[in-house]
Amino acid sequence: MLKKTLKIALLSGLVGSSIALPAWADVNVEKGTTIATEWDKRDEGFRDSNATLKMVLENRHGEKSTRELRIKTLEVPDMAEGDKSLTVFRKPRDIKGTAFLSFAHIHDPDDQWLYLPALKRVKRISSKNKSGPFMGSEFSYEDMSAQELAKYTYKWLKDEPCGDATCYVLEQRPTYENSGYTKMVVWYDQAEYRRQKIDFYDRKDALLKSLTFMEYQQYLGKFWRALDMQMVNHQTGKKTRLTFAKYEFKTGLREQDFTKNKLKKVR
Amino acid sequence: MFHSFLRSIFCLSLLILTVLSPRFSYAEMDVEFSGFIAGDLRIFSENGLLEDQSDARLNPSFVIQPEWSAEWNGGDDRLDFIPFFRADFQDEERTHADIRELKYLHVDDGWDVTIGLDKVFWGVMEARHLVDIINQTDNVEDVDGEDKLGQPMINVGVQRDFGDINFFVLPYFREQTFAGLDGRLRAPLDVDTDRANYDSDLEEFHPDFAVRYATVMGDWDLGFAHFYGTGREPRLVAELGGTGDLVLVPHYDLINQTSMDVQATIEEWLWKFEAIYRTGQGDDFEAMSAGLEYTFFGLIQDVGDLGVLVEYHHDGRDGSAPATIFDHDVFFGLRAALNDEDDTSILGGIILDTETQAQVFTLEASKRLNDHLTFEGELRIYSNQSDTDPLYSARDDDHLQLRLSYYF
Repeated sequence: MLKKTLKIALLSGLVGSSIALPAWADVNVEKGTTIATEWDKRDEGFRDSNATLKMVLENRHGEKSTRELRIKTLEVPDMAEGDKSLTVFRKPRDIKGTAFLSFAHIHDPDDQWLYLPALKRVKRISSKNKSGPFMGSEFSYEDMSAQELAKYTYKWLKDEPCGDATCYVLEQRPTYENSGYTKMVVWYDQAEYRRQKIDFYDRKDALLKSLTFMEYQQYLGKFWRALDMQMVNHQTGKKTRLTFAKYEFKTGLREQDFTKNKLKKVR
Repeated sequence: MFHSFLRSIFCLSLLILTVLSPRFSYAEMDVEFSGFIAGDLRIFSENGLLEDQSDARLNPSFVIQPEWSAEWNGGDDRLDFIPFFRADFQDEERTHADIRELKYLHVDDGWDVTIGLDKVFWGVMEARHLVDIINQTDNVEDVDGEDKLGQPMINVGVQRDFGDINFFVLPYFREQTFAGLDGRLRAPLDVDTDRANYDSDLEEFHPDFAVRYATVMGDWDLGFAHFYGTGREPRLVAELGGTGDLVLVPHYDLINQTSMDVQATIEEWLWKFEAIYRTGQGDDFEAMSAGLEYTFFGLIQDVGDLGVLVEYHHDGRDGSAPATIFDHDVFFGLRAALNDEDDTSILGGIILDTETQAQVFTLEASKRLNDHLTFEGELRIYSNQSDTDPLYSARDDDHLQLRLSYYF
């Protein structure tokens, strides 16, 4: 048995996985990858975006606290590289002006810098904390980071109704290190390939969080963005709601708008 | 009165700007007002040690720092105004006002310029900010050297593929602030700032210059700089005062300082290094700081991070240069960031002199209480200072500082 597995593994390494894996797995992986590729393709060419974002954190007692930020994103066309983003915090007031610059990479750790306005100091920070909470919310750094095709492997599970639409349901496993998830189950609507829901499974493969996408808006006749997202942590009962406003695309942002120097000069 | 003075400065600046920027339009202007007001309470464990020093163990004070910011041309042009005022009921020298920032910033394609009072930080270390030299330290604010006075400057930045270069012209020098006779955490004698003197005949009007090159190469962040001008650290020279008592008179030397700062960010590790070479204060000397920070992510209840910091500080200066406590010191620190919704964080550390065994222990903690209120605590303990230690006169000034800030 062990020998056989080894042989299959060797074979797959030499000839490619299509021969070695059972036919049903292969078909589902292929189908899942095709769906995800289509999802990725439909968002190609947005070049850059700019949006304001409100984040409402709610603990299990219903107590709320609010954060406000502005996010600028630059699409990096190279498929092997992730996008660049610059986030400026507006609220809570005590961290107003704090800014965060991130160069996402597919498999290498992201490059991240944090600007602290009280000291006027830019700090390069370690990006190993992918699973850590972003601003104390239920979104982790990896949830906020650019969603790139190559960051996951894909497997189609089933088709099923989701709200008024019908969805492809895919299982996605992170290909990068230090993820807080073993897998995500993602619902894509069949009409527009928009993500409708994500279930996140923790390192022990237990259901951790669910993210629901609402109020999809289409920009420039192509790019869909959910203006309302709700993350629920099933293990702690905490919730975080994200609402976006003032979405703009192709605003003319360039590489030089995403630098350490610029980090000190945005408001 | 003070307010109308500030307002006239602000209006004057706006007027200048309308001339500076031909594309200026009020309609596009985006103005923001924010800031904070805070109540501080310093609790000292012992009575004042020095003559004339207040014996009060409780030292309340108040701070206000409003902030006006106006932006136009989509953020390419900006004006910031940040005045600062502290009222201290014990030490009249600590009751002081400053303009932390009053600057015009223009950002263009591959270059930018800042004109006015601004603050600039260089460096990577935590316990000592060796290469940081543009701004004068506001010593009465806190003894950690992180509070700075607004520095008048023209700062031209050029950004290229190979990195960023900034040229600084600093036309006016700000003197360091010192606690008064009543105040705690002061020098052994009164520092008579009215008699401050300079190497340069131009005194505080000697124009200072600096240039800095900074770049990022993969995991490495590098900075190289040179400063020529009036050194920010004064030598304190004992002289006879007007009343016949000995006083300390600050003397500001003309210096040249070349510096480098490096950080390598590799996985959970931050590797840090800073070094300077300075001439103009006695024999030429070098100083360096090297250290590392390792973070255990998610160690505290799965979400909080614990960082371990170790730094070594060496300074080769002799007695003819301004005194420093960092001659050969080790810093050990622990930083906990709970990553909770209140941003709870704690930084504790000890600076240990490897030759004299003098120690400075600090513990800082902060927590947000709600959308407006933030609480901070800071504990400082001095121990084992010998009579040659710059902190000898502060050896009985162990204190806990509590601060409640209201942000608006």
